[in-house]
Amino acid sequence: MQATQAKPTINPKLVVPFVNSVRNVFSTMVGVETTVERPMLKPQPVPSYDVSGIIGFSGEIVGSVVVSFQREAAIRLVESFAGVKLEPESVDFADAIGELANMIAGAAKKDLGGLANISTPNVIIGQGHQIARLKDVPCLVIPVSTAVGNFAVEVCIKQVTKAS
Amino acid sequence: MKILLVDDSKTMRSIQKQVLIAIPSTEFAEAGDGVEALNVIAASGKFDLVAIDWNMPNMVGHTLVGKIRAKDRATPLIMCTTEAEKQRVVDAIKAGVNNYVVKPFTPDMLMEKVKQTLDRCAKAAA
Repeated sequence: MQATQAKPTINPKLVVPFVNSVRNVFSTMVGVETTVERPMLKPQPVPSYDVSGIIGFSGEIVGSVVVSFQREAAIRLVESFAGVKLEPESVDFADAIGELANMIAGAAKKDLGGLANISTPNVIIGQGHQIARLKDVPCLVIPVSTAVGNFAVEVCIKQVTKAS
Repeated sequence: MKILLVDDSKTMRSIQKQVLIAIPSTEFAEAGDGVEALNVIAASGKFDLVAIDWNMPNMVGHTLVGKIRAKDRATPLIMCTTEAEKQRVVDAIKAGVNNYVVKPFTPDMLMEKVKQTLDRCAKAAA
């Protein structure tokens, strides 16, 4: 008899911290109103948007959080964040994307229920890129819309059981 | 006033400068990680305030605080970071920071925390 695998479900304990952090980051530091859409599980591998900031998690929580933007949304949101228009090919643009991802992941981290370390950001810029994740962890996608375009927070993390 | 901004994000340092430039007669120095910060301090002498991020390459902010405090107990240090867990704040204070501001912050929040830090340290020194 074959064992059937349970279908992955959305963990609400992951949704709320990231919804709150998106709203907080964008209202305090970017000055742009965000609308958080219905979260979903992302089948892999499906391309993210065009510009992605990646934060790794280690410690009691492992995995990665990716904040992925439509290209035009990234350009406009970075301009609001940095106070100056930055070319997407520039190091400064990648830096700004990385810092947005850092703040979204970092602000959510304290409400996830474990002490974790986060990496310094990595940024990928390019249409149709795919990001490999932990293979046994569902990837939760929280779509966000703004007046200047869309982005998504992709949460692929799990709590590690402490050794007794 | 001389302020050293230590953060691996140039964007964040720029935002901090845009806020803190409102403090009269302020000059800024910058560093992208703890190693660079120590070099800047060695080369430039005393600062009136050092704002330090936690997560940086080469040397994390918590370690940098310890290294600064090993030689200088007086310079006001403020941690400016996304790390908001209680244990992190406790660790930073034990290492020697005078205040803590959590990202994301509004300009008013940052300015208030910096002024609070400078006031506290001035009173402690008096």
